[in-house]
Amino acid sequence: MSRPVKKLDLDPATVRQARALARRVGRPIVGLARKHTTIAVERATLRLAGLAGADAEGTPWVNRLADVVRADLDEHGGLGHGVALPVWDALLRGEADDLGTLAQKASAGSIRFRLPEGRDAARARAASRKQVATGIRRIDARRRERDRLVKRIGDAPRQPWIYLIVATGDIYEDIPQAQQAAREGADVIAVIRSTGQSLLDYVPEGATREGFAGTYATQENFRLMRAALDETSRELGRYIRLTNYASGLCMPEIAALAGMERLDMMLNDSMYGILFRDINPIRTFVDQRFSRQIHARAGIIINTGEDNYLTTADAVEAAHTVTTSQLLNEYFAKEAGLEDWQLGLGHAFEIDPDLPDSFRLELAHALLARELFPAAPLKWMPPTRHMTGDVFKGNLLDGFFNLAGALTGQGILLVGMMTEAVVTPWLSDRDLALQNVRYVMNAAGNLHEDFRPAPDGFIATRARRVLGESIELLDLILEHENGLLDAIADGTFGLMKRPPDGGRGLDGVARKSSAYYNPATELLESPVVQERAKRASRDPEAAR
Amino acid sequence: MNVETGAERLPQSPIIRPYGDTTGDGMVQLSFTLPIPHSKVAEGAAAQLANKMGMEPALVVHARPMGPDFTFFVVYGPVNHLVDTSKVEVVERDYPLLTPKEANAAIKSTLRRRLVVVGGCIGTDAHTVGIDAILNIKGFAGEKGLEYYRELKVVNLGAQVSVPQLVERARVENADAVLVSQVVTQRDAHLLNTREMSAAFRESYPSDKRPLLVVGGPRFDESMADELGVDRVFSRGTTPGEVASFLVHRLTERRAG
Repeated sequence: MSRPVKKLDLDPATVRQARALARRVGRPIVGLARKHTTIAVERATLRLAGLAGADAEGTPWVNRLADVVRADLDEHGGLGHGVALPVWDALLRGEADDLGTLAQKASAGSIRFRLPEGRDAARARAASRKQVATGIRRIDARRRERDRLVKRIGDAPRQPWIYLIVATGDIYEDIPQAQQAAREGADVIAVIRSTGQSLLDYVPEGATREGFAGTYATQENFRLMRAALDETSRELGRYIRLTNYASGLCMPEIAALAGMERLDMMLNDSMYGILFRDINPIRTFVDQRFSRQIHARAGIIINTGEDNYLTTADAVEAAHTVTTSQLLNEYFAKEAGLEDWQLGLGHAFEIDPDLPDSFRLELAHALLARELFPAAPLKWMPPTRHMTGDVFKGNLLDGFFNLAGALTGQGILLVGMMTEAVVTPWLSDRDLALQNVRYVMNAAGNLHEDFRPAPDGFIATRARRVLGESIELLDLILEHENGLLDAIADGTFGLMKRPPDGGRGLDGVARKSSAYYNPATELLESPVVQERAKRASRDPEAAR
Repeated sequence: MNVETGAERLPQSPIIRPYGDTTGDGMVQLSFTLPIPHSKVAEGAAAQLANKMGMEPALVVHARPMGPDFTFFVVYGPVNHLVDTSKVEVVERDYPLLTPKEANAAIKSTLRRRLVVVGGCIGTDAHTVGIDAILNIKGFAGEKGLEYYRELKVVNLGAQVSVPQLVERARVENADAVLVSQVVTQRDAHLLNTREMSAAFRESYPSDKRPLLVVGGPRFDESMADELGVDRVFSRGTTPGEVASFLVHRLTERRAG
């Protein structure tokens, strides 16, 4: 990442204070995440061990197996022990030769699971660790493969990376569209998921051709699209990155599948599912930590969802909620082992264009993010709220969005469409949008070298004020007895009140027992990884 | 309902044509893509299309290849069509479309409390995509869901809610409106479930106390409300704003009347 010269003259002590507060807010949440597991984390572990596929009704075998294990151990703590010990105990007892057969037999009701003790437990632990390690090794191999391909084929020629979306609902339609978008200039392709997939408590299986306003995230769809883009990458001489969503009730499983199928970026926000999808807060924080550990290992860049705050609240009044969320996302990400270059922290160009000085305000907010997180590839999201159907005005607004991106050194630029809120982008819409980006980058791509906001001018003052307000918000969160959880519960973040004992997926959360064992967590938290994460989350300044 | 547009807003003659820079010039602009490589033939094809649409002569002012297989055109020219404003037919929505702000204000001033909406998918239908698109704050089609409305209290029961559960929860919450989504239509399950639901509400509420019943789903016919015993049916493509506007309109009107 290029590191622009500092332009806002932010007080280093204030910046340190903001990070320290984010750490204080986040730390108890990490403690909570360590003390709990979820059904999705356990299923992700089974996927890493190689259990794939689904039964005739389309229910994945990981769901079948995890549900039976939980039910069998119900009287003795259920999910709280994790599934690894009972599952590998059954395999060692000779109930089945492999996980797939075990899952089939278990759903037919012919196996009774138990929690092994003593030597049986030790043997189950070792066997599960060995098998889950194959999945982790696959993720490692995929990461090396990406590094190799980027080196051999070549990387995106410039920053920001151009990020384009496809969303037909049919993977076989998505593929030629994605390849065409890459030929037209996209460096990153995101496949939008079907509406409502985040609330499914299973990952659909196989290649899918029917979705609602998007295409289901499945392992096979991941594989097909990645293979197609590899082909196009070779054709174009630059590695095209692929993005999907690790969010919703299956966040950890999708993260595991993404790692194993070499996806390159994943949407992954610390609070989005809680606030916007009413998913249980504890479920979200546990799932998020595990999924981020996988992303860290897989070399995946996460994209956080701060743009969503601005689509529901006023982009000027709520500017500090973006900064606050970025600070929290950074803390949680570093704690999980992600490095700066993997933090695609989000923000968006959503200020009402009728407001006087709206562009100066946008610049102030974008520069603040840039300077607070100098080594992160920020994700810059185009206007949506004030796109009215007047495509001519929309094209102008997108031009200013692109200019703000160029002036403030954004790392990932999601290309705005003038037909936003009118139709899903046409071929010509995408072409015009890319012409817009190219014109601005060509005409003004290096303007940031000459761009020096006056130290006490409008932009610098506004940026300092937003940072100050985000510190106040962090303080306000800390004033709650149970910190962030209480703040989420009482509606501190916008209009949504999300209590820790409510929301979807709560029944899939369990407190870990003293016997709990999860080989994936153990492998992902190996001393080396842990040390790096600890250092990064303790003192982010020193880690740079 | 079809109404004729009010005459007082029209120019003297009901017959008009598009306006470029001179009255009566009929000028329009048009852009489109043809699936052929850029060439003289492609430009001729664009002009031919414009001619067939009534533009004569058609001026192809811009043609740009998009990849090897497509060409984008901008065409200007006069159309030979006339428009008779006295023959314009407008289908009027029987309720005004409100912004979230306006909806909140209307609830606040009329009900003086939050309007309670209970929603879910009944029967064995596990497809919450419809109800979530309408209720989740995330919303649909660029509009925020009903959770976004400050003056709406939304209780989303999710999937596979039984009719007795739905009635019970509506009672507990003092629901003003009940929203039911039905995606699965095998053997007309959506119609049977809806009739069962409306009958249950009629049974357990006096008619003037019954919450507003609204069903939605991609295969519903919007004219079937009476037949199904509900107050409104919404079909494919309905946005949260439309549902919110309808609820506010009917419930505040009911109160005012």
